[in-house]
Amino acid sequence: MSRTPHEAEGARPQTLAEKVWNAHVVRTGGQQPDLLYIDLHLLHEVTSPQAFDGLRQAGRKVRRTDLTIATEDHNTPTDNLFTIADPTSRKQIETLRTNCEEFGVRIHSLGDENQGVVHVVGPQLGLTQPGMTVVCGDSHTSTHGAFGSIAFGIGTSEVEHVLATQTLPQAKPKYMAVTVNGSLPEGVSAKDLILKIISITGTGGGKGHIVEYRGQAIEELSMEGRMTVCNMSIEWGAKAGMIAADEKTFAYVQGRPHAPQGEDWDAAVEYWRTLKTDEGAVFDKEIVIDAASLSPFVTWGTNPGQGVELSGNVPDPAAFEDAIERTTAANALEYMGLEAGTPMREIGVDVVFLGSCTNGRIEDLRTAAEVIKGRKVAGTVNMMVVPGSAKVREQAIEEGLDRVFIEAGADWRFAGCSMCLGMNPDQLTPGQRAASTSNRNFEGRQGKGGRTHLVSPAVAAATAVSGHLASPADL
Amino acid sequence: MDKFTTHTGRVAPLRRSNVDTDQIIPAVYLKRVTKTGFEDGLFAEWREDEKFLLNQAEYKDATVLVTGTEFGTGSSREHAVWALKDYGFKAVIAPRFGDIFRGNSLKNGLLTVELPEAAVEELWLRAELHPDAEVTVDLAEREVRAGDRTWTFEFDEFLRWRMMEGLDDVALTLRDEDKIAAFESNRDAWRPRTLPAAV
Repeated sequence: MSRTPHEAEGARPQTLAEKVWNAHVVRTGGQQPDLLYIDLHLLHEVTSPQAFDGLRQAGRKVRRTDLTIATEDHNTPTDNLFTIADPTSRKQIETLRTNCEEFGVRIHSLGDENQGVVHVVGPQLGLTQPGMTVVCGDSHTSTHGAFGSIAFGIGTSEVEHVLATQTLPQAKPKYMAVTVNGSLPEGVSAKDLILKIISITGTGGGKGHIVEYRGQAIEELSMEGRMTVCNMSIEWGAKAGMIAADEKTFAYVQGRPHAPQGEDWDAAVEYWRTLKTDEGAVFDKEIVIDAASLSPFVTWGTNPGQGVELSGNVPDPAAFEDAIERTTAANALEYMGLEAGTPMREIGVDVVFLGSCTNGRIEDLRTAAEVIKGRKVAGTVNMMVVPGSAKVREQAIEEGLDRVFIEAGADWRFAGCSMCLGMNPDQLTPGQRAASTSNRNFEGRQGKGGRTHLVSPAVAAATAVSGHLASPADL
Repeated sequence: MDKFTTHTGRVAPLRRSNVDTDQIIPAVYLKRVTKTGFEDGLFAEWREDEKFLLNQAEYKDATVLVTGTEFGTGSSREHAVWALKDYGFKAVIAPRFGDIFRGNSLKNGLLTVELPEAAVEELWLRAELHPDAEVTVDLAEREVRAGDRTWTFEFDEFLRWRMMEGLDDVALTLRDEDKIAAFESNRDAWRPRTLPAAV
C-alpha cells in the first residue's frame, strides 16, 4: 500500500476525501492542476456521442475499456422496451450502441437486466466500491460517494478526456463536513434530510468543496439512504459528496458481480478500513445539524434550496432579507402558481413521480408500496412508478410491489430517467403540478410549464393517495 | 478549441439569478449527436415570450451575456455552452457560476468571468440605458471595460494560458502518458474492472 498518503506524508491528519484524492494523483505540482486517475467511467447516450466523435477525429482509442461501462437511461421509453417513437431519440440510442461496439465498450441496452439509470446500475453490479474515483457525464454522479469514493459529474469534453487518457486534470478542492448529530425521527428520511441541508446552504453553498456527510444519523442510514443524500450534493453546488465506508458498505458490496473475492476481498477491506477522516483533520468549513429537529421536507419553489417543512406554509417573498433571494422567490411563486401563506399540505397535485437516481432504488419502492398498500391513488392524480433499473424492477416484481402499485391505480413502468428530466415522452404538461421523488424542481425540468415539488418516497405515496401534499401520518 | 484573448460587443442584461442549465437549454433539445446546431434550444421556454430580452431588437446582436449569480447550476450538459456559443455569445459575466458549467465553458472557448454583484448591477444599468454601448472582455489583461469603467477579475493562470492558446486538454495530458502508465502499473489488482463482464 505504498500510495497510502497518510503513511507517506507522516502524521498530518487527513480527511477521507484527501486520502482518496491523494491516492489517485498521477501528476501534481507546477502550474497545472492535479492529474487524477479515474477508476470507473460510466457512459450514457446523451453526453457521450460528441466525445466519441472527438476520439474518432483525433484517431484515438478508449484507453481503458475495462474501466468503462455504458447503459441507456436518459432518453429511453418507459412504456415499452423496444419501440422508440421519436426518430431523434432512437438515433441517439443507436449511436451509443454503435460507438460502444466500435470502441469495445461494454453496454447494457434496453431489455438487458442491467439496463437502467446509470447511478443505480454501478452500485448494483458492485462496480462502485470504496476509495475509488468515479466520473460520468451526469451531475448526479455524486451518488457513488455514498461508498466512500470521490465521484462527480463531468461535461462532454471531459468525457472525451477520460475516454482517451483515463485521467482528468482537477484543481484541488476544498473540504467541508456536514455533521448530522442524533437520530432522524420516525417518518423522516434521507431525502428530507438532504432537502433540509440544501435549504440551509442554498444552491451555491457547497461550491468548490468535496463534502463529507458524517455523524450518527448518517451512520444509521441504509446504503440506499446514503446514496440519496450524496446524490443531491450537486444541488447545493458541491463538487462531490461522500460518506466513509463501514460494515454496512462492505456488506452491500460483498457478493455483487464485480466485488473482490477471497484474498482480494480481504486486501480490499483492509484498505477500505483506512479510509476515514483522521482525528484532528481540519475541514475548510463545517455545518452541524441536529437530526432530532427534522420533519418531512418539501420544496415550494423552482430550485432545490427553496424548501420548507411539510407542516409549513409557502413563504412570503417579502420576508427574505436578501434582495436576490426576494426576487428569486417572487419569480418562483409566479411560476409555481402559488400564494404566499398557503399551507403546504393544501397544495393539490396532478402527478406523482416515483423514481430517478435519487429515489428509484428497491428500498424507495418498498417504502412507497407500504404506504400505498390497500389504498387507492386519488382520482385526480396520475401516479407513475419508474424503477431505477431493470433489476430493481425485477426484484420489485418478485416482492409483489408491482401488484401493490397496480392495484392502487398507479402506472407501473420500465426503468429509466423518465420524468426526472422530461427528455423522453414522460413529461408534465403546462401548468400541471407534480410531487416528485427526483432531484430538481427547475422551471420546465419535468416538462414545459410543469410545476415540481420535490418530496421523499413516503410523502410521494401519501400525496398520491390524498391528492395533496401529505405524509403517511396524515392518511 | 478557439483561442480567446479579448472580445468587444454589446451586452444582453439578463436580470435573473439561479439560471440553471435546464433553463439555458431544456432536455428535449439534447437529442442531437452533433456539437453544433443548439441555438434554437437556448432559453427555449423564455424565448416563446415576445417580451423576453433576446426577443427585443436592441439586444438581438448582443455577444456578452451579463446575468445574476449561480448561472449554469444543475445538469452537467455541455449543450448549455454549445447553445450559448451557437447563438452568438462569446462571454458570460456573473457573480458566480455552477462549477461544471464553468469548466465546460472554458473548454469550448466561451469566456466566463466572475465580477461582484455591484459590477453586474452597473453593467445591467448601462446596457438597459444604452443597449448599443459595447463592453470589452479582455482575458489578456483580466479586465472588463465599459465606457470609463474598468473592473479587473481573477482567473486561474493555467486556465488563462490554455484558453489564450486555444489548447486541447487531451493533447496536454498525453504529454504525461509515461506517468499515467506508471500509475497504472502500480494499481491494486483487486480494483474492479468492467471487462470481462460479470453479471
